[in-house]
Amino acid sequence: MAALALTSLASALLFACAAIADTTRIAAASSLRHAMEDLVASFQEQHPEHQLAVSYGSSGSLRAQIAHGAPFAAFFAADMERPEALVDSGHAASGVRHYASGQLVLWTRSRAEPPELEELTESAFRRIAIAHPEHAPYGARALEALQAEGIHEAVADRLVTGNSVARALQQAQSGAAQAALIPLSLATHPSVDEQGVYTPIDPDLHAPLRHGYIITRHGSGDEAMARFAAFMDSDGARTILEEHGFRPPE
Amino acid sequence: MLWISNADWVALQLTLKLASISTGLLLLLCLPLAWWLARSDSRARVVVEALVAMPLVLPPTVIGFYLLIFLGPEGWLGGLLEQLGIGHLAFTFTGMVIGSMIYSLPFAVQPMQNAFQAMGERPLEVAATLRASPLDRFFTVVIPLARNGFLTAAVLAFAHTLGEFGVLLMIGGSIAGETEVASIAIYNHVEAMDYAAAHGLSLFLLLMAFSLLLAVYFLNRRFKVVGVA
Repeated sequence: MAALALTSLASALLFACAAIADTTRIAAASSLRHAMEDLVASFQEQHPEHQLAVSYGSSGSLRAQIAHGAPFAAFFAADMERPEALVDSGHAASGVRHYASGQLVLWTRSRAEPPELEELTESAFRRIAIAHPEHAPYGARALEALQAEGIHEAVADRLVTGNSVARALQQAQSGAAQAALIPLSLATHPSVDEQGVYTPIDPDLHAPLRHGYIITRHGSGDEAMARFAAFMDSDGARTILEEHGFRPPE
Repeated sequence: MLWISNADWVALQLTLKLASISTGLLLLLCLPLAWWLARSDSRARVVVEALVAMPLVLPPTVIGFYLLIFLGPEGWLGGLLEQLGIGHLAFTFTGMVIGSMIYSLPFAVQPMQNAFQAMGERPLEVAATLRASPLDRFFTVVIPLARNGFLTAAVLAFAHTLGEFGVLLMIGGSIAGETEVASIAIYNHVEAMDYAAAHGLSLFLLLMAFSLLLAVYFLNRRFKVVGVA
């Protein structure tokens, strides 16, 4: 243990200077991936002096990483609860800002026509992919929708969980699952759109999918982050989010 | 369509840097440890041997989880470093070096230990009767005789770190340019549905792993990792 501590101290001193200091890092939920890429590209056109790098994951795992001290300046989640939890635990430098609302869809490539939710009980759907309900908001909402539709019991043993919505979509893309419940923002991506069909899920079947973000304590005083936050309020950012299947905040 | 983007080169460089540093530190640390394991009659030896072999059987997530707890801002070591103003080690390159060293420990210790055991007492005794000092004996007898063991340990520890994923994902997250090594970059490419990029990096790692293992078997045809056989 002493050796480990010594080694780590020595290497800490060695690499303390190796960190790339001028990049602002953002954590974003997987459902945001394609939208965030366009948002960052548009922001950097206006502000070429700022460098942004985005890491993607499920809202739950990113929240855990930030709570453990990961160096992210902001956290764009797929819900409001996880950013709020970080505000409560003292990891945030701002309140939670509602920046968009999401839409859940049922995606499949095994049909030519978009399937209805109740059709999932048919035996052709041997495996149905959802994101992990415990740490991906879209996974939790997918379960709620199945329960509200009254088919959860019938399909419970056919559900496979991916650790994020991107993973759930892949399972359906690869044919390992015959359908996936995913965000509209992933289903509208050109490479996905040409492969399969999707049906929007009635939003009344589940709690609202409100997306919130916070600036973290790590990002307080970060000039690039402050500029990006201002950019998120612009009409340009709203338009990009809408193009990717998000609704503007109410 | 195999090509490797700039960001992926950065990830590959990070992987190589991580593997080189971890391997270098491991060899220094494991030399006395392997020597003691090969020579000691102490009862504690079996316990230490079992501890050294633990990373072979523990899920990487377990190692990563404990490291995160230990090195993070709330953790015992991470908290201490925070107070010293150095900063905690979760989601840092240094944290990944520590994780890699633990993860590849058996791969560095066991080939060296085997080499020391295979050497036996006799060459050292003969050298001693010829008035070689302990240091002299070590450099002129032990090192040449155990050379293949060292090389095997180095190549194996290096190769094993190349393939590391679970520990690194937990302790390093995936921060481009700092903790996003090649294995994590591949995972992110698959998440992003960028299969061409995932192929490029995967093929590169595949060829690298194969050439390294080829070197191991060439160096040491009788190689076996003992411990959990």
